This record gives sequence, structure tokens and C-alpha cells, in this order.
Amino acid sequence: METKSIMIVGVGGQGSLLASRLIGNVLLSQGFDVKVSEVHGMSQRGGSVVTYVKYGDRVNSPVIEKGEADIIISFEQLEAARWLPFLKKGGHLVTSTQQIDPMPVITGAAVYPENIIEKLKAQGVDVVAADALTLAEEAGNPKASNVVLMGVVSTKMGFDEEVWIKALEECVPPKFIELNKKAFALGRNAG
Amino acid sequence: MKKLMLGNEAVARGLYESGCRVTSSYPGTPSTEITEFAAKYDEIYAEWAPNEKVAMEAAIGACIGGARAFCAMKHVGLNVAADPLYTVAYTGVNAGLVIAVADDPGMHSSQNEQDSRHHAIASKVLMLEPSDSSECKEFTKKAYELSEQFDTPVIIRLSTRVSHSQSAVELCDRIDNGVKPYEKNAPKYVTLPANARALHVKVEERTRKLVEYGETSELNKIIDNGSKTGVITSGISFQYAMEALGDTVNYLKLGIVNPMPEKLIRDFASKCDKVYVIEELDDIIETHCKKLGLEVVGKEIFGFVGELSQAIVSEKILGKKNEVQTFSESVPVRPPVMCAGCPHRGLFYCLKKLGVMVSGDIGCYTLGATAPLSAMDTTICMGASISGLHGFNKARGAEAEKNSVAVIGDSTFLHSGVTGLINIAYNATNSTVIILDNSITGMTGHQQNPASGMNLKGDPALAINLEELCKACGIKSVRVADPYNMAETEKIIREELAKEEPSVIISRRPCALLKYVKHKPSLKVDEAKCVGCKQCLKIGCPAISIHNGKCVIDHTQCVGCGICKEMCKFDAITD
Repeated sequence: METKSIMIVGVGGQGSLLASRLIGNVLLSQGFDVKVSEVHGMSQRGGSVVTYVKYGDRVNSPVIEKGEADIIISFEQLEAARWLPFLKKGGHLVTSTQQIDPMPVITGAAVYPENIIEKLKAQGVDVVAADALTLAEEAGNPKASNVVLMGVVSTKMGFDEEVWIKALEECVPPKFIELNKKAFALGRNAG
Repeated sequence: MKKLMLGNEAVARGLYESGCRVTSSYPGTPSTEITEFAAKYDEIYAEWAPNEKVAMEAAIGACIGGARAFCAMKHVGLNVAADPLYTVAYTGVNAGLVIAVADDPGMHSSQNEQDSRHHAIASKVLMLEPSDSSECKEFTKKAYELSEQFDTPVIIRLSTRVSHSQSAVELCDRIDNGVKPYEKNAPKYVTLPANARALHVKVEERTRKLVEYGETSELNKIIDNGSKTGVITSGISFQYAMEALGDTVNYLKLGIVNPMPEKLIRDFASKCDKVYVIEELDDIIETHCKKLGLEVVGKEIFGFVGELSQAIVSEKILGKKNEVQTFSESVPVRPPVMCAGCPHRGLFYCLKKLGVMVSGDIGCYTLGATAPLSAMDTTICMGASISGLHGFNKARGAEAEKNSVAVIGDSTFLHSGVTGLINIAYNATNSTVIILDNSITGMTGHQQNPASGMNLKGDPALAINLEELCKACGIKSVRVADPYNMAETEKIIREELAKEEPSVIISRRPCALLKYVKHKPSLKVDEAKCVGCKQCLKIGCPAISIHNGKCVIDHTQCVGCGICKEMCKFDAITD
């Protein structure tokens, strides 16, 4: 099988590490060769962060370059626009509708673009947008919006729901599992 | 059993399986998790040392004492530990000694892009370079064997993409051969000139033997695809080359990057019409090939700056580029910022207001240099804030002393700020040093340190009293400020700057991300009172923005620290 590439993008602190580990475990359980590349350190402090997940018969490079991603999962609208160049023609973009102003917007040095999702669609990009933050709050904690998005993206990846739930149980501490299962289900419904 | 592991976790697994017993490190991205994962094995004693030099010396002591020992650091950490490295290279080991050093091409979280292979060459130490997590574990195990076989410390060279990528690792059992006997052996371990002269001869002999070993070692691997084009590479660059070029070229993948083989490289090159050297950062392999009289293509097409990738290899060698779509409008940048509730924010706002020269240091607080606070003038290396301020004040005199401060975190202060403070007291400048004590090593992800009251294993430990330490260094004026109280903090800074003596201000408040720190509920904006003056935006809090002319607080980020409330002249921000 040809290598598939998934990018998870967002703002440092939004929980992309859990999301990439979850997908990584799903893929490993399906017998794929998997590589997951994370960024730690300074850029985690509220900066634009990106995680790469690649799988197939044999994965070499752990990083994804422009025009290579089959799926981009974005935790924030502006980040979806920022990382668009990495999406392969015909790839899927799954994004949360959440907006977080970056510092240049807060200080007035730049403007947050309006109607990003509509504009992406108008450009011909296949976009699925979900209000992950509200759904996560419905599940019981706004921090679970990462798992809501995993629910959404699970509909684009074609593995059985049980496979995802099992991986979730491996990645999340037992006391948070029910909350996360609920968040995942809400995302899957929205997908 | 196969498990998905970070390269760093796989190195730790290699330590476990090799029977490593003692680990001492100082955290530094991208190396930090190795030691954190090692600490999870009960069989391995693991500690955070105050700095990399201390860590390496502790590991050297343990290896002389007969236990397989280890230390890890980032590339710049090896500069701090270079002093012991260059001499343990002479003494050799008793039980095996392995050192992991993680480079950061692309500077994701570093102040420079140095190539650690130079240290291996200069210190004449064996260096191995893995290219994925599986090799991280296998090379670590091999490193212990080679360390004991050739009587040498061994460096494992990692880079950000190897350290922080997860891939599958096969788990094996631990083999622990216990602690070797210790025998006094002064000619080997006491490096008096007479002994060191004899040891240097042995080092040169060892290098010759290691070159010979590398000619046939399975660590250096040829993949012959029957092509007339050859690629010589190592580490993560091998993965980029494989992805871009597949089986259209032959590969010589060097697992041993110092000392490099000679005959193996000559033979490989002799079967090719054209040979590329693909390596990140400096031209170490390329220079070696050219020294052997081989014609190779490397830095002239790849350059010395930043990370490589499959796209770069593909573009430079095949002339291919991917089709790319871009968003129709310009996308504002999103640089890293201090977190909502960060205790450093109030302090840096005071410094900005005072307009002083700020001699900075390495840590989360380096973000004080970014807009809108922009309150930092210099950042060189760990500890340089204090020693640099002393020099700045010696150069510029009394007026500068009243208008300049050093800022340094608690962990960085204990790493290498203390000696600078002693210099200020001893060689007398009326410098003002601010220790940003957030009770943790923050930037690398919350590691304990000698002032935090806990050790790496999570047990209670002695907590160095920073006030007493500064006084013992000869500083008489030592005061504590709460950076959440900006008015009081500003007053203390003004008073200390005015004094005709050196002083230390400890700006003390735990990191807002620490689990034990209780957050207050999110603050709210009284829209009727908010006039949209944007005064609250001057502190650069990511939780505050302006929408439709009114200030808005993001309740998912706000931890109720109250700094913005202090900024608002209209009492529009409330609990």
C-alpha cells in the first residue's frame, strides 16, 4: 500500500499530542507501519503546532511536505488556512470552527481573515467543519475537542468504530474514558 | 511485542535492556524525554542534575564505579559538558558509558544550529547515529557493547525528527550483568600529564581499531539496487533520501558517524558514476569523502542551513516539485507566546514600563522578547544573563547599573547563573538580577530542579533556598516580589535599581500549568464599562482580544490571574 499522510494542526496546548497518539495506535493495531512526528518545546507555548502521522507498508520519512497530506485535521480555523499548502489535491480537510486570535491580531498588527471555511470551500477544498468546542462542552469538558475531531475524522478513514474505542482506552486514563467516548461519538455523528 | 515509541523512549528502552543502572541528565529539547522514560524503570537510578557538566561527571563516576551509566542532553548542553567529555575520552571506561546528544536542525526550540558531530571528532569519541526508533534502541544496546569492547565512551547522536517521531519498536528483556568490580588504576583514571601522554597514544590506537571495525560492522549498511548513482547518508537524512529516491539509487547508510570507515566508502563510490552525500547541517561526511580523494556532490546543492526533507532531496536531485494550493488571503503568523496566567507576564510588563536594558536568558521567559512586551535585549546561552549584565555594566558604568537588569529562571540560575552572581559580588558591579522563580523547569515541559522540592522519580527532595544561596554568594540585598502584583513588583525593581550595591529580586509565583496550582474562574468583561481603550492588550495575554470594539476574554484559556484587571482603568474586568 502506498504511504498515506495525515497532518494534525492547531495551537500549542490544544491537545494534538493525544490526537496523534490515538490515530497512531489505531493504525498500528491494523498492522500498518506507522510513524508519528511531534513537536515539543518552545512552539508548544501557544504557537502554531503540527503533528504528522504516516502509515503504509513501509514508512520512511516521518515528516509531511507541501502537497503530500491526504487528510489535514485542524483544531482552529486560521490554522486550516495556514497549512492548506500541505494538502494534496483532492485531500480532505477536517476543521474545528474554533477561532483563537494569534498575538499579531491581538496587538492589531494583523487581521484575522473572515469566513475562512466558506472561502476554502469556494477554492474547491473538500472541507468538513464541526463545532468541536461546543460538542466537547456537551460531552463534559472543552478540552475533549481533540477527541471530538477524532470522531469526525474517523468517518474519513474507514476503520471500525470498535478499533477507535479500543485505541482510546489505551491512550486515555480510565477516569476520563467515559467523557472521551462521549466526545468521540458526538464527533462521529457530526462527521 | 511491538510498541509505538518516540525515538527518545526507545533510547530509554535500550538503556533498560542493556542493564544500564545510573542515569544523570539536564533537560533540553529535544532530548528531555529519554531521561523521563528511563526514570520509569525501577531498575534504573535516574536524576536531574543541575547542569550537563555535573550530569556527565556523575555518569562518568558511575561507570568508573562499575555500573553501566548514561547521560542525555541537547546539542548546546554538550558544550557545557565538553570539559569532562574530552578527558573521559582519554581515560576510557570501566562499565559502559553512553551519552545521548540531540541536535535541533531547524531550531524548533534552540538558540543555534550546531552540529554535534564536531564534538565527536574533536574529542575522538565513537559516535553512532540512528535513523528511527527501532535503531534508537538497537544502537543504544550496541553502544554499551562497543563502549566496553573498545574502552571508550560512546555518543548516540539524535536529531529532533528522530527523537520526537514515534515508530514501532520490538521489546526484549533486560540483561543486567550487575556492578563490575572497582580497582584503583591511577595510570588510567588520574590524568596527570605523564599519564595523559600515554593515554593519548592509546586513544589514537583505539581510533585506528574503530575505523577498522567500521569497515565490516553491520552498523554501516549498503543497500545495492544495482544503480550507477550512489547516496552516502546517515540518521534522519537516510529516511528523506529513501522516501525521495526509493530503489533508484544505491545507499551507504553510515550508523557510525565517527570515526568513519575508509575502504567501505571507497569501494561503494568506485561502483558508482555519481555519488551524493545527503546530510543535515555541516559537511562532515562530505569532507571525509573528499579527504579520501573522492568526487562527491553535497553541500553545493543542499546547503548548511535548516532541516532537510524528502521534498528538498527530490527537488535538488530529481528536479521535481509537488503541486501546491494556497489560501486566497494572507494568513497572520502565530508565534509562541507566554501562556494565559504565566507569572512572567506581569514582571516583563513592569520591565517594559521602566524601559531598562534586559539581559536575558534561556527558558519560557525568553518569550518576553516578543511583541507586545518586547522587554529583552540579549539572549546568548544558559547563565549569560547574569555574567553578561556584569560585563555590560563594567563597560558602561554607574548610569547603566541603574538602568539594566538580568532575568533568569530558577532552573537556569542553578544551572549556571550562580557563578555569574558570585562574579558580580566579587568583582563588584551594582547589578540588579531578577530570578524568575516559577518553581519548575518550564520550557522543556515541567522537570524538577534543585529548588523545586522534588526529584525526578517524584519523591520529596531537598529544596535549595534561593534567598540564602544568593546571600551566601555575597549579595546583601535579596527581596521577593509577587509578579501578579505589578504595582508592588515595579516598586521593588525601582528601589533595587537605585541602590549602590548589587541586588537580587526573586519574582516568585509557580507556573500556571502546574497541576497543583489552583486556577480561579475566568474573568469577565462588563461591556457597559469597557470603552475599548486596548490598555489590557498591552500585556500580550492570549486569552484577551478585541471584538466589535469591546474586550473579550476567552474562558477556555483564562485562569483568573488578574493582571488584565490591574491594567483596566475603568474596572471593566471583573471576577
